[in-house]
Amino acid sequence: MNAPPITTASAESPALPNRFDLTAAIKDGLKTALIMLGLSIPILAYKTDQSGGDLWLSPRWGLVAILCALVFGLRILLHAFMATKAAREATPSPHQATEFVHAEPNAFQKTSRFAIPFFLGVALAFPVIIYFIQGGLNESRYWVDLGILILTYVMLGWGLNIVVGLAGLLDLGYVAFYAVGAYSYALLSTTFGLSFWICLPLAGILAGFWGMILGFPVLRLRGDYLAIVTLAFGEIIRLVLINWTDLTNGGAGISSIPRATFFGLPFTSGEGGFAQTFGLEFNGMHRIIFLYYLILALALLTNFVTMRLRKLPVGRAWEALREDEIACRSLGINTTNVKLTAFAIGAMFGGFAGSFFAVRQGFVSPESFNFLESAIILAIVVLGGMGSQIGVAIAAIVLVGGPEILRNLTFLQAVFGSGFDPNEYRLLLFGAGMVAMMVWRPRGLISERSPTVILKERKAISGSLVKEGHG
Amino acid sequence: MSTAGMNVTPSASAAASKPVLLSVRGVKTYYGNIIALKGVDMDVREGEIVTLIGANGAGKSTLMMTIFGNPRAREGTITYQGQDITRMPTHEIARMSIAQSPEGRRIFPRMTVYENLQMGASINGLAHFNQDLERVCTLFPRLKERLYQRGGTLSGGEQQMLAIARALMSRPKLLLLDEPSLGLAPLIVKQIFSIIKELNEKDGMTVFLVEQNAYHALKLAHRGYVMVTGNITMSGTGRELLADPQVQAAYLEGGHH
Repeated sequence: MNAPPITTASAESPALPNRFDLTAAIKDGLKTALIMLGLSIPILAYKTDQSGGDLWLSPRWGLVAILCALVFGLRILLHAFMATKAAREATPSPHQATEFVHAEPNAFQKTSRFAIPFFLGVALAFPVIIYFIQGGLNESRYWVDLGILILTYVMLGWGLNIVVGLAGLLDLGYVAFYAVGAYSYALLSTTFGLSFWICLPLAGILAGFWGMILGFPVLRLRGDYLAIVTLAFGEIIRLVLINWTDLTNGGAGISSIPRATFFGLPFTSGEGGFAQTFGLEFNGMHRIIFLYYLILALALLTNFVTMRLRKLPVGRAWEALREDEIACRSLGINTTNVKLTAFAIGAMFGGFAGSFFAVRQGFVSPESFNFLESAIILAIVVLGGMGSQIGVAIAAIVLVGGPEILRNLTFLQAVFGSGFDPNEYRLLLFGAGMVAMMVWRPRGLISERSPTVILKERKAISGSLVKEGHG
Repeated sequence: MSTAGMNVTPSASAAASKPVLLSVRGVKTYYGNIIALKGVDMDVREGEIVTLIGANGAGKSTLMMTIFGNPRAREGTITYQGQDITRMPTHEIARMSIAQSPEGRRIFPRMTVYENLQMGASINGLAHFNQDLERVCTLFPRLKERLYQRGGTLSGGEQQMLAIARALMSRPKLLLLDEPSLGLAPLIVKQIFSIIKELNEKDGMTVFLVEQNAYHALKLAHRGYVMVTGNITMSGTGRELLADPQVQAAYLEGGHH
């Protein structure tokens, strides 16, 4: 009982041995660069060129300089990495402490407090910002389209987060519900002429229904086996869409899907159109910007509902289910219902996103719903940190927006030659990014699970009160 | 959490007249083809502390889990308050005012202590949550200090307290405890056993206790059963069993207390 209290190394504790030491790192980097230089002289510095019978040397000191600089930079990065890693290992996280430690919010928690209003503000003002940067509606089309794409994946990520992040049910076939939503809207609107605003909830309900249908056979499965069955389910839906040509028009897809209206006002140039009613000059971008705000609203709805549900018994039960299914049952929780609601609600948001996809594209085909889509959505959830809403949003921006940024790095052609297309390295960078993530943040960008009930009387618990009485 | 009509500490003889709360008759449980319980008979009366002792692998925890319907008894009947619960799903049994602190505690490690307790109270929809929270905080002051810490960050003893507290949140009449002393320091074990005693004496809660720590368990319990390879071989009051030479040889040998 007299065990000395575990003191947790905090920021002010005297110099952790492995704090990143910049001068030492630079010194070491220079040394390594020098070695590189030495090695380069016989290997790289001169290139033999042959013209006719003559053999002559062409110097390549520029290349050597680039490589030495690269080695220098990498060496410093390596130092930084080792230092942070060592420091992290030397500092037990407050969550591992057996004694109460005064847990300061960590960097991520601190940033997330500002990050949420910041992200929300940027998201809301995005079309306006782009309008002013690009200097015109038509010029900003590319960026608003990109915004729509990212937000679609944010929404899908949040939807899947309910199933994977909260309830802990690994779902590899989430795209199936996306497809159900898209085809629901496509078929309902082209066959019965129903408007988007009626189809949207219907698509959600239908997808949720399919979520339940998937849920029933997999109730007893967990982990790997669940993943395989859901993967198969995703493929089944896709194959049915391809082969049931009478209904879905097969691989050719469904085209000329009616576009969304602004609460009844179509985005057309003529009489009674959106532009005319509001006295604006007609521009096709109105519809795109409307779509942007539509998907933003849908994504925020997903987030809002998830956050609310987490505080309700059903959300708590999802998280408890993820933690321990047997304990759940012995506390009187009907795990069947809990799983089915997780599948159904997750699928419902997938369905919403799907019908948005259909209304935006005006065309759906089974090609859009292949396994790669599921994999990307799952990667967004896993990289973002399972269960973390803001982490998922960041991961969606990186994973979906990243490749687009890559496409625009044309200045790299000046370095690597005109034939260089950075986009070809997309998957390579994707893989490298994944590996880096697994090394640095194996539990996702934001692995912190925020409690649903926060400390109200922090003063009463922290500090001196808990010094006595040790386990 | 008090049971109506329970006022005095029921002594072993007084308890004998009390109605049977839980009765197990001829229960056989199998894991695949392997028989784990070979026809067990057992009674727990209202207001009693009944303990089940036995060696590793005797089937103690299996009996506890069978009462909770997971695994299900292949033969025999289990009745609780006169109602047959043998074929009921686990979560419905839990709704019949039976609570369980399972083997290995099984708290929710990533959820806070507070949220763990909320989960315990979810059967009655958090109706008396604040009252019950206060109550378990008085019983386990340590939990009050750690209310907003994650369950997984608690020490072993605290996790055990949390598991019991979580079970209490549903206001059970019958509390099933599976090895609450497992892996805990002697002083903590004493603390936990005194809390069990308090629950029984003050609130008249009926407790069924599965234990390896035979000395403490028999000292605490009104009655005890001894289980050997799936059979109940002996039963009697706690005192009788403690004094029994066979029990002493098998379970109390060596440095107890």
